Amino acid sequence: MSVNEGKEKIALRNLRQIYYIRNQQTKRLEEFVALEDFSLSIEEGTFIAIVGPSGCGKSTLLDIVAGLTRSKGGSIEIDGEKVTGPSLNRGLIMQGYALFPWRNVRKNVEYGLEVKRVPKAERKAISQKYIDLVDLSGFEERYPNELSGGMRQRVAIARALAYDPQVLLMDEPFAAVDAQTRETMQDELLRIYAKTEKTIIFVTHSIEEAVLLADRVVVMTPRPGRIREVVDITLPRPRFNADVRVSADYGVLVQRIWELLHEPDVAPAPAGPGEDGVIDIADEILPSAVL
Amino acid sequence: MAKKEIIKDPTAKKNIFLVVSRRVFFASASILAFLILWEVAARLKLVSVPAFFPPISKIFGALASEAEKGYLWKNLFISLRRSLLGFFIGLLVAIPLGLLVGWFKTFGDLLNPLLQVFRNLPTLALLPVFVMFFGIGEVSKVSVIVWGVLWYTLLNTISGVRSVDPQLVKAARSMGTGNLRLFGYVVLPAALPFIFTGVRISATVSILILIAAEMMGASTGIGYAMFFYQANFLIPEMFAYIIVMAVLGTGLNFILEHIEKISFRWRDDAGTT
Ligand SMILES: Nc1ncnc2c1ncn2[C@@H]1O[C@H](COP(=O)(O)OP(=O)(O)O)[C@@H](O)[C@H]1O
Ligand SMILES: [Mg+2]
Repeated sequence: MSVNEGKEKIALRNLRQIYYIRNQQTKRLEEFVALEDFSLSIEEGTFIAIVGPSGCGKSTLLDIVAGLTRSKGGSIEIDGEKVTGPSLNRGLIMQGYALFPWRNVRKNVEYGLEVKRVPKAERKAISQKYIDLVDLSGFEERYPNELSGGMRQRVAIARALAYDPQVLLMDEPFAAVDAQTRETMQDELLRIYAKTEKTIIFVTHSIEEAVLLADRVVVMTPRPGRIREVVDITLPRPRFNADVRVSADYGVLVQRIWELLHEPDVAPAPAGPGEDGVIDIADEILPSAVL
Repeated sequence: MAKKEIIKDPTAKKNIFLVVSRRVFFASASILAFLILWEVAARLKLVSVPAFFPPISKIFGALASEAEKGYLWKNLFISLRRSLLGFFIGLLVAIPLGLLVGWFKTFGDLLNPLLQVFRNLPTLALLPVFVMFFGIGEVSKVSVIVWGVLWYTLLNTISGVRSVDPQLVKAARSMGTGNLRLFGYVVLPAALPFIFTGVRISATVSILILIAAEMMGASTGIGYAMFFYQANFLIPEMFAYIIVMAVLGTGLNFILEHIEKISFRWRDDAGTT
């Protein structure tokens, strides 16, 4: 893949995150471990997917890598430098798109460039390039409320790509779009990934999606979120939905990850106090038969 | 609702004409009917004290003569000066204060109880206090308008700043946005529609308070003129000024609503394709 193959881009070391949560019965603050001993070395240009039941700390992890929250333990290095806050070398794509509703498509895509103080003319050229890349030419002057969910998602991707971060952090980006749009977006992301050679950490609920996109799939355990196993995805690139989904290896990998997610814990994990209380993994992560 | 569509067919002109006349009809039908009813009722002397109920035509006659003599313009000018002055000073105080109170949470929480007490005082009850401090001149009238206008814009600004979507703040932060830029690029634009609603209400309020203040102690202005003509039993003239007030209030609101619609096109969620 990358010319720099083998060079470590991101080093996550023993990350640990704790939230303090008020116990409903005792009314006292209790520690809640959202992330425990999370270590991963990510090579430059790798596509990492993270799967795990909801509430296992995936978003927490991305927030830490983005520099938006500080971890209670462990460290992150990017290119050998400690991460202390957010920076334009990382782009975060959030689940709810988080587009600025008062900015049209072009102005949304240009936001990071404005922060970077890129001159106006140059900004326009760059934003146009990425708007074209995500297939939104002709919609530059539209506001987010005039776009469909899939289009909004693509604006969010263009916005994160435009200021050219080396690392892309994507939090369940396709969870809210319909199945068909989702496949289109996945192919599009594969195309963009092949073109731009970024290092990507992609959180998803869908095992199929993880296998389709990633070089390595990180399977997490429920509370506290730890790495259960990292599965290498050896499917050849370039990949497309149509080809990958019919290959035999694909089915085997999906099945393997499904089993990892359903393997009972050595000790059953206590249910966290998250909004969903006790979670039923089987309900949340299933290789859907339709796909 | 669909955005304005440009109709490009041969019948376009006719369609637009129909659309416009339909709009005009709906906007004015009830008002016209009311005025005609009034005219007829007054002419047929269907009311107990006809002197208190002149026909509309007579009222417009009085209005025309007020305009001709220049009284109308003079009163209107003075009143508008008062209300606009009070209105703008009010905004000048309310918007920055609202931004501060909304942005600095602790400061806001500290100040909020006092703001609630002030807000719930009836504005006009304070007029005598203002007169005591500032005399019966322009200053007391303008300050009572400032006071009345302040609260709507202030409270809307505060809630505007506080209701900024935390996801947007997160997105901006992830792109390296510092505090100052966060305020200018995210908080302010997000709060703007709220602020504008406050401003629009404030504009209407400024006219209402102005008129009441002029009736309570003034020697000029449309509120005073109305009061004066009523005291002197010049009923058509009195109604003429009431019409002026109605037009002023409705017109102001109409203009501001349009500005709101145009400026915040990004706000309505209906345009999903
Ligand atoms: N700010 C917070 N305060 C308290 N608990 C939190 C906070 N953010 C997340 N959590 C809890 O931490 C756990 C992990 O959350 P999250 O990282 O959002 O999970 P995921 O993205 O995997 O669904 C959940 O149980 C959630 O309830
Ligand atoms: Mg999440």
